[in-house]
Amino acid sequence: MPSATFIDHAGQSRTVEGPEGENLMRVAVLNDVPGIDADCGGECACATCHVFVDEAWLDKCGEPSELETSMLSFAATAQPNSRLACQIILTSALDGIVVETPAAQH
Amino acid sequence: MDPFHNPFIAEHTGRARTIPLEEFSPANPKYMEMDVWQPYFSRLREEAPLHYCEDKIIGPYWSLTRYKDIMATEVNTRVFSSSSTFGGITLMDQREELPMFIAMDQPKHDEQRKVVQPIVSPQNLESMEKLIRQRTQKVLDALPHNETFNWVEKVSIDLTNMMLATLFDFPFEDRALLTYWSDSATANTLGGGHIDSEATRERILAECLAYFTRLWNERVNAEPGSDLVSMLAHGPATRNMSPREYLGNLVLLIVGGNDTTRNSMTGGVCFLNQNPDEYAKLRANPALVESMVSEIIRYQTPLAYMRRTALEDFEMHGQTIRKGDKLAMWYASGNRDGEAIDNPDQFIIDRARPRQHLSFGFGIHRCVGNRLAELQLRILWEEILQRFSKIEVVGPPKRVFSAFIRGYTELPVRVSR
Repeated sequence: MPSATFIDHAGQSRTVEGPEGENLMRVAVLNDVPGIDADCGGECACATCHVFVDEAWLDKCGEPSELETSMLSFAATAQPNSRLACQIILTSALDGIVVETPAAQH
Repeated sequence: MDPFHNPFIAEHTGRARTIPLEEFSPANPKYMEMDVWQPYFSRLREEAPLHYCEDKIIGPYWSLTRYKDIMATEVNTRVFSSSSTFGGITLMDQREELPMFIAMDQPKHDEQRKVVQPIVSPQNLESMEKLIRQRTQKVLDALPHNETFNWVEKVSIDLTNMMLATLFDFPFEDRALLTYWSDSATANTLGGGHIDSEATRERILAECLAYFTRLWNERVNAEPGSDLVSMLAHGPATRNMSPREYLGNLVLLIVGGNDTTRNSMTGGVCFLNQNPDEYAKLRANPALVESMVSEIIRYQTPLAYMRRTALEDFEMHGQTIRKGDKLAMWYASGNRDGEAIDNPDQFIIDRARPRQHLSFGFGIHRCVGNRLAELQLRILWEEILQRFSKIEVVGPPKRVFSAFIRGYTELPVRVSR
């Protein structure tokens, strides 16, 4: 199974595995990774699974949809490498992806 | 006597089970006032998840009652418009359009929302926490002991209008006006209150606009400040607003920051009294305040629905919503949908994922102030637990006559140390 590394705001890193085809938000939630709220449950409707994607992996994640771009534009601490974890599908190409979680999800 | 005994519920439960679905009128404001709405919505979720009602007063409208359908509609802004041009976010069509960013579509919605959004940035919330706590302590310390008082008036209203005064940098001594304007903006004209006609409402809102125009004029010529009026006066997407649009956005921010939090502050006291085991659980483990706050917001659902208007024909559940039709997404019902939430009719303060509820809406119109509301409620309950062993509800709550606002005008309580 591909793995993903979540680094929290304090710098602590957690590497977890998830099945191919699962989104990164679910992988985090199923593995009790803190810092991902996921209030809407993966509908791209709330921006509480906001992550900063490590630059080396950003292009491999593909382009965000219009809705995701809108939701991210309202996120409190959005940066150019911001994505919603629920919109990133874990594949073998993303095996080893590294993302950071913000101080709080708004 | 149980203050929560509802003399009407048995009759309405029977009626909701037996009358034909065509006779259902989900937006009857009496259902919320009498707290008998649940059996009607429970049957709608089961049998008619997309329901059509021909209402004499508000005109024909559709109702969506399932969590999943509401979520799907929230994100389908291409088909379902919020725009005040078509009637905005409440079922009653207004006589005169009142533009505000919650009742706008993209891209203008996004531009205006971004002007005010920094007011609830994480840094700003952090810096406001101390002030909110001091005020909460003061309000709670001033409560009378061993006598009955109205929790709505002495706590919920006072705390929320102080918060609003701070956000607007509004003259503190006049802050009761904010509550008055908020109530005036949302009152149902048939509710028997001071808003007996749309003309009366317009007159009072004109006073609100006049007052706030003075504040605008003071601030537009000063350096940009961190209050909402200054943000609107200097924001690129708002500084050239018409007076009507300024009024609309003021109404949005006043109601959004007032009615909602106020009614959750009252609702929490009700729910803990109705669920003494949960109250005991909370006292034994005050760390549950945080998850309880989200559960209070779900259980109260201070705004019962949001309206959308179809921009094109849309098929759902074998029916066609026609272009121009209006549709209510019933958050109050979706929040009690067993397909989305376990034991949805139970108030449980330690749910695993308490923030999965519809009360803040979802998609681009999701509540701007959600984290501030949670912060205010968290501090309130932390400070209550420091002071009182019990807040006891000693008389029946009086609820608001409205299909939109789910709230209280009165909650008689006594507090004890």
